[in-house]
Amino acid sequence: MSDELFGAMLQSIVDGAPDKASDLARQALATGVDPLEAVNRGFAVGIKFAGDQFGCGEMFLPDLLASAEAMKAAIKILEPEMLKRGSQRATLGKIVLGTARGDIHDIGKNLVATILSASGFQIFDLGTSVTPEQFVAKAKEVDADIVGISALLTTTMAGQKAVIEALDRNALRPRLKAIIGGAAVTSKWAAEIGADGFSRNAIDALELAKNLMRNITNQGTAPA
Amino acid sequence: MRPSIQLLGPDLIGRILSEAFELLMNPGVRVGSATVELLRSAGVDVTVAEKVADHLADHDGVAHIPEPLVRRCLASVPRDFHLYNRKGEKTVHYGGDDVHFDPGSCCVQMLDPDTMEARLSETRDLVRIVQVTEMLPQFAAQSTAVVCNDAGNDLPSAIGDLYRLFIVLQHSDKPVVTGSFSASGLEGMIDLLAADSGGLDKLRRQPRAVFDVCPSPPLNWSEFGSHNLLDLARAGVPAEIVSMPLAGGTAPVTLAGSVTQHAAEALAGITLHQLAGPGSPIVWGGAPAIFDMRTGGAPMGAVETAMLNLACAEVGKHLGLPTHAYLVATDSKFVDAQAGAESARSAMLGALAGINMISGAGMLESLACHSVEKLVMDAEWIASAQRLARGIEVHGGELPGHTLATAMFAQTGLSGEFLQLKETRALFRQEQYLPSSLIDRSARGSEPPSDVFTRARARVDQLVGKYRKPSLPEDVLQKFQAILNREAGKARAAAAASEKLSISSS
Ligand code: B12
Repeated sequence: MSDELFGAMLQSIVDGAPDKASDLARQALATGVDPLEAVNRGFAVGIKFAGDQFGCGEMFLPDLLASAEAMKAAIKILEPEMLKRGSQRATLGKIVLGTARGDIHDIGKNLVATILSASGFQIFDLGTSVTPEQFVAKAKEVDADIVGISALLTTTMAGQKAVIEALDRNALRPRLKAIIGGAAVTSKWAAEIGADGFSRNAIDALELAKNLMRNITNQGTAPA
Repeated sequence: MRPSIQLLGPDLIGRILSEAFELLMNPGVRVGSATVELLRSAGVDVTVAEKVADHLADHDGVAHIPEPLVRRCLASVPRDFHLYNRKGEKTVHYGGDDVHFDPGSCCVQMLDPDTMEARLSETRDLVRIVQVTEMLPQFAAQSTAVVCNDAGNDLPSAIGDLYRLFIVLQHSDKPVVTGSFSASGLEGMIDLLAADSGGLDKLRRQPRAVFDVCPSPPLNWSEFGSHNLLDLARAGVPAEIVSMPLAGGTAPVTLAGSVTQHAAEALAGITLHQLAGPGSPIVWGGAPAIFDMRTGGAPMGAVETAMLNLACAEVGKHLGLPTHAYLVATDSKFVDAQAGAESARSAMLGALAGINMISGAGMLESLACHSVEKLVMDAEWIASAQRLARGIEVHGGELPGHTLATAMFAQTGLSGEFLQLKETRALFRQEQYLPSSLIDRSARGSEPPSDVFTRARARVDQLVGKYRKPSLPEDVLQKFQAILNREAGKARAAAAASEKLSISSS
């Protein structure tokens, strides 16, 4: 019975059907299924499948966004019960994202946010043209693990450097990691400004973030 | 008959424009603070929004622009204008069905033909592109083609756009398609052009350059975009709207829907521009593309992207305006079969559509990377496209008796000796485009055949070898340098001020 339910949950995410996912989440609560189990064995399996399918080009961005919406809908129903039971879903880590000051290119950053959040990271998206102070304030506020700065213009890449300097001035690194991306960003630039990593696309950004989290966890400073 | 292509037709254009006018009222258009007063004094309802992001200044608003005002502004746009070369000759005609090409702008990388890797572009790359473009008649204009990443060592990166124009003007006599990255960057660039032309007045009368200005999709004439529009209008220097809706990403997924958004953005831009400087030249242009549903990229080589560009230009033509589009670019990372197919195809389509300025040649990787080898290849596709657009011609005086074939047969009978005819010698250059050594039509000989990339490299070397740098008067060069130094100083001061601010507040 439960297996069938978990299967249906998975499918509702893959189909990108938020109403269906909410219904199944309610059904789980009504029939006494552990909400964390519902996430881990049902919905989260679906989102992982969707992410993988996207990664290999079988699913497309609108599909992936719909899956992410369905996931959100299910979590919204299950969350109060999870909190009550004190069983928190493990997030992979907290990431603050934004584009550098003066840069309005946000498609790449949004894509990175979608993939990371679909894969279990908690994303705090500050939007476009974000100042170093705003990055620092948000990172402090949410106790972020990673700050990601996107810049597509050669004129705004200096903003990535400014954010990293501001993070350092506030002694947030090395515990917190700073990563960068964008069309003209190279490994050389990343090294020059002392970034903890960079990636050329969203799928690599996921790998990068996971690796950094492993680093952070090994240092024993990450949230349990 | 000049062959042509239409994708929309008058009925659909009517619907597109009518919905575009609706969009201008509802939801309206986001506009920069610099335009609020101007719009209000023209009777436009502008609701000033709360500050939603840092790049939107405090007084950014949403303008609800009524159709009659837009129509009035459309009426004051010049139907055509020219760009002039340094000698003062009319080189580019913006208007009618005339077609011109220029290399794509602002790439951040360059394909290195030795390593086949994309590396950050530098001044030497820009110079090489300008040299090749100068030598190729297929390009009526230059562009500020690549970012000079090396200039950052000595100059603030904020004046990169000025620096590029500084380099192009020193190496070329042709008109230039350029653009500014910031609200403040324009002033120095206009000064540079004025110094070159011999004064702002002369520049206005015989403009050497056109400035690309981009709204941000959807329906947003951001602070810097609208600022640039107003400044250009007031200076009387031609502006070119480059609206870039991405169908499915930052615009409706349907091609018709995206063309409608483009029209609304362009109409709003024209309204701002004409309110600030009635009668100033402005081009209905764009770089619309589909949104790639796998990568989120803007696939410039996709056939739907070409369709969007043609359709947007068709709307502009319907309004009787000068037009521009972004074609002849590819998404490939190499100068390979994909690059050739995508670039040649869109060059053909653009030429058939009669678009006045077609930017994009030389570009790889969805506008991120440039290749001078691709540029010389694209010149061949462009020449073929120009040939196609000329169509099948019936010659008059050159042929005896104005016949198509019979008079020539009267001379040859059945001998088949056409090569000897004086008509052949007189007309083959008009009838055929004679490709450069880049195109291989040779019979196999004792030399092993070469591939097109190898031939492209040789062609680049050949063109660069023949290129001669224009000699500019010493006082003009001094003025150029003084403007560059002045703007560099300003940019350094601004950077220092903002750094101080940021350190004190964090
Ligand atoms: C679409 C686009 C626009 C759209 C942006 C719409 C939007 N909402 O984002 C619009 C039309 C608004 C636009 C405006 C401009 N643009 Co633009 N634009 C592009 C274009 C064609 C594609 C960018 C894109 O979305 N790519 C698709 C995404 C998915 O890829 P991506 O951004 O690279 O992101 C991926 C990776 O880089 C990485 N990544 C990105 N961010 C991050 C962050 C982290 C932390 C990590 C780990 C990874 C990561 O993962 C992402 C997902 O795979 C590029 C050319 C190009 N091929 O890059 C030019 C380009 C970047 N633009 C350019 C220019 C010049 C401009 C303008 C200045 C034009 C003008 N004169 O007005 C304005 C800039 C305004 C401003 N102040 O920001 C130039 C830049 C030149 C330079 N000097 O740097 C380019 C290279 C094109 C060109 N040749 O002219 N642009």
